[in-house]
Amino acid sequence: MADASYPDELLYHAEHDWVRLDGDTATFGITWFAQDALGEVVFFDPPEVGSTVTKDDSYAEVESVKAVSDVIAPLSGEIVEVNTALGDKPEAINEDPYGDGWMVKVKLSDPGEKDALLDAKAYEASLS
Amino acid sequence: MADDVAVKAPAAAGMQSPLQRERARTIFEKGEPGRRAFTCPELDVPEVDASQLLAPEFRRSAPARLPEVSEPELVRHYVRLSKRNFDLDSGFYPLGSCTMKHNPRLHERVAALPGHARLHPRQHPARAQGALELMWRLERALGEVAGLPHVSLQPSAGSHGELAGVLLSRAYHEDRGDHGRTKVLTPDTAHGTNPATVTMAGLEVVKVASNADGGVDIEDLKAKADDTVACLMLTNPNTLGIFDPHIEQITEIVRDAGATAYYDGANLNAIMGITRPGDMGFDIVHFNLHKSFTQPHGGGGPGSGPIAVSERMEPYLMVPRIVRGEASFDLSFDHPKSIGRLRGFQGNYGCFVRAYAYICSLGAEGLRDASEVAVLNANYLIARLRELGVAEHLPLAFGEVCMHEFVLSGAPMKRELKVRTLDLAKRLLDHGIHPPTVYFPLIVDEALLIEPTETETRETLDGFAEALAEILREAAEDPEIARNAPYTTPVRRLDEAGAAKRPVIRQALDAGDETNA
Amino acid sequence: MSRYTSVTPEDLRAMLAAIGVESLEELFERQVPAGVRLGRALDLPAGLPEQDVYAHLRDLAARNVSAEDEITFLGAGMYDHYVPAVVDMLMERSEYLTPYTPYQPEVSQGGLQVMFEYQTAISELTALPVSNASVYEGPSAVAAAAYLAKIANGKGRVVVSRGVHPHSRETLRTTAAGYGVEVVEVGLRDGVTDGDAWADAIDQDTGSVIFQNPNYLGAVEDAAALAGAAKDSPAVVIGAYDPIPLGILKPPGECGVDVAVGEGQPLGNRLDFGGPSFGFFAATEAYLRRMPGRIAGETRDVDGRRGFVLTLQTREQHIRREKATSNICTAQALNALGGVVYLAWLGREGLVELAELLLQRTHYAREALTALDGVEALHTRPVVREFAVRLDVGGRDSVSAVIERCAAEGVAAGVPLGGDYPEFEDGLLVAITERRSRADIDRLAEVLGAAVAAERPTAAGVA
Repeated sequence: MADASYPDELLYHAEHDWVRLDGDTATFGITWFAQDALGEVVFFDPPEVGSTVTKDDSYAEVESVKAVSDVIAPLSGEIVEVNTALGDKPEAINEDPYGDGWMVKVKLSDPGEKDALLDAKAYEASLS
Repeated sequence: MADDVAVKAPAAAGMQSPLQRERARTIFEKGEPGRRAFTCPELDVPEVDASQLLAPEFRRSAPARLPEVSEPELVRHYVRLSKRNFDLDSGFYPLGSCTMKHNPRLHERVAALPGHARLHPRQHPARAQGALELMWRLERALGEVAGLPHVSLQPSAGSHGELAGVLLSRAYHEDRGDHGRTKVLTPDTAHGTNPATVTMAGLEVVKVASNADGGVDIEDLKAKADDTVACLMLTNPNTLGIFDPHIEQITEIVRDAGATAYYDGANLNAIMGITRPGDMGFDIVHFNLHKSFTQPHGGGGPGSGPIAVSERMEPYLMVPRIVRGEASFDLSFDHPKSIGRLRGFQGNYGCFVRAYAYICSLGAEGLRDASEVAVLNANYLIARLRELGVAEHLPLAFGEVCMHEFVLSGAPMKRELKVRTLDLAKRLLDHGIHPPTVYFPLIVDEALLIEPTETETRETLDGFAEALAEILREAAEDPEIARNAPYTTPVRRLDEAGAAKRPVIRQALDAGDETNA
Repeated sequence: MSRYTSVTPEDLRAMLAAIGVESLEELFERQVPAGVRLGRALDLPAGLPEQDVYAHLRDLAARNVSAEDEITFLGAGMYDHYVPAVVDMLMERSEYLTPYTPYQPEVSQGGLQVMFEYQTAISELTALPVSNASVYEGPSAVAAAAYLAKIANGKGRVVVSRGVHPHSRETLRTTAAGYGVEVVEVGLRDGVTDGDAWADAIDQDTGSVIFQNPNYLGAVEDAAALAGAAKDSPAVVIGAYDPIPLGILKPPGECGVDVAVGEGQPLGNRLDFGGPSFGFFAATEAYLRRMPGRIAGETRDVDGRRGFVLTLQTREQHIRREKATSNICTAQALNALGGVVYLAWLGREGLVELAELLLQRTHYAREALTALDGVEALHTRPVVREFAVRLDVGGRDSVSAVIERCAAEGVAAGVPLGGDYPEFEDGLLVAITERRSRADIDRLAEVLGAAVAAERPTAAGVA
């Protein structure tokens, strides 16, 4: 994705992760800023379905040729689905970070945590 | 006949050099069944049924699929392949942090003497006195350079020496009954081997901030140097080429906190005969014989990483030790508090021979001269770059003078000329110059770490400065040129992302094997 | 003194002027605090002209008894193989000898392709799909493999056979003390790993199991059985192999071994009193992203040319830093070049012929020595290039005396076992290479026979 974009319907974590809420389930991924900083993603090491993620802790790693980055969980819960298509096509994280580049789906353990997240405007402002 | 490569770059089509035109083929794709270089010596003992000597169940069913080539084929393949390499003998190689100084050829001659080269590591010490004496003398010399009394030549490389240093620190604390020291402090400018080493040794890395001048932030150090710290690992001059003016205060803070101080000797080339890590207050120093002491880099090794330690660390040093008796030298294993060994035998003796020959050649005065000229050359290069106006787009990241290396930031160049440090590096290749270290240290944006070393002439340094100036001039007119460089190298920019996503790390030998070809 | 700098007084004057300082001294005064300035010359001898340095190094060499000066049967991990002239010639070429690690691949295709070829050769030799571009040497490769297992499965125990080289076991202990893993040794029975004790030692907390093939006593181990015993545990199966016997031995990849390591010195590298050499490190596909060391990978350039780059660098120290798979920076690239050139020089048939020759001569040697009075086989297991005997002379000191007698006759009879194996204090390890002809072996038998006979009366009365 060539130009910076931060969709309004999503919520954001300061460590460059986004959240799409759907009741008490959420989808996580990394933002345009994060994939741009990494460069072309070559490997995504996903967690296992059923494992627990904790807000503000790392739950996975994403690698480019020259860098490794922790992926930080914006909210806590249990992983119910992992985007296995990223195994063959990790570059989807660069090309479509909010769509095909989604990483995990999580059943939230504490939906109230979302109040600590930023909206698109606030997140974008934090980048400058 | 080698296949021609269909060149997609415009302008360059049809104008390839022979090296660019020739398709890369591995030795496994050459030769033919039945060709050979090796002639096996005759079987001169009575032949016994081989399956009686080694039963079929323990045997390979088919030989390893090694190449089948004649000697001329073998020689042609590897000699032609060598020409696809840039090397230090052929050109300027200002890789910061690597100390690419000239490799004297005498060293290859003496290392090849059969008395050294064909000496078995388990030869009885009484019949290896020349080797043991050489090692003992090398230890004394390194100890004198470091200002620390006890030396082990055992570690195989700098990072191996680092591991030794951290394990020694652990052993020291545990021997004193102090089991709470689980952290190692390293500055945020540290080389990557430092934190990797700490983890291998079972400890935790804590970063210490750098101040605005690129040195250690003393207040941050004071806050973090407590009784949970085992060791501070520091390089001085640091990876910015800056000698920390507070070095004595730093080691004092660390020692007062009860921790050990470890000196990463990667930048020793700046200080030989001028100052010594032992005198700065360090407990442990590692040397990179393949940096300051001219062991050739070999394209990525071998190296050697001896360590020198203070009196209080001595009991824990690795075994075997080289000891000198009244009439002879020996290997000593009886050191109950030693951490043990970190590798087989005595270390990389072939590297000791070369380093020792270097020290014999230069002597006290020559080693000091080497460091002085290393510092002179680096500062002269800064001055030339400034004179040519390069500093405008590639300013010095810290300070005004440096020790043996310095860091430029490519951030202004990126902003104003739309050319990154990476592009500048690739364009330098077209000038027949190996680029400096790029994107290290991490605290400088678009970093370019430049270490000319003392063995380069003034003319070479001038040529480098002029090449940078020319590349910047060219970028101001057309940034695309640098962005698509290099043009004249055997291959052009390579798809590293593809290599990481779908790794192909061996030659395919069967039709069904995976390949990028 | 010799010098490699070029600064003349005229150069110095011009350079100082350009920098804007009065003297070189000033540059140091500005940067190095007075309190740490050495202020005196280093206490080292004065430098010498090249010819004097050469003479001194030659004198030191002359005080070593090398394989050039005696008939040597010393082994124990490093072997006096014939290194062909092409290996020396290529390892001395500027283009291979003097560059740095290939961080700018466009001008490093020579070195990167050599790594790729080396990785292929090791993969073939071990029958494992993944190899790195070398590690330091054998014993630290064993320790590195155990570290890989620790990172992979987090388990707290390593089970290692006493058949593994003593230096490998010691290195393992030293490093395991760092990252916190218990090392459990399993003894030998009849010259090979005690299979029952091995199986008993392996449990659900075992992170890796390590054996050597042929083992330190030269015996061929049943690798498949040792690997199989770990099947129902989390353990990574690690095999330390001697590369020349691998010419005919069933390779680790066909025996259920996960990670194969070994000392590469026998492949085209000098003895050099123990180093530098290289270690090889190969594994199954599953461990690709956990491998230590450099790895060269194939790719294309922008014009479609085939080329090679360092790949999977995110495993390594310069990127992953504290999470790296090891801390290796410099490895053994030049020695690995020697290794792959040597293997290409031997060729597919040549390596097999060499190993078969060693098999025959080693058998002949073992027969010849065990026919001597006072010499018996320590074990009778199949051997390929090295074997162990017991000398009935009364223990370690007498074994040393036997060795001295042989040395006086110009024969290095072997490596005594007693120092590393208290259970074999009368043991001697004898290694055969293609450089040891039948005549050499006959000479060993003659000299050893006489030495043992001379030491045996002294042993009378010492039970």
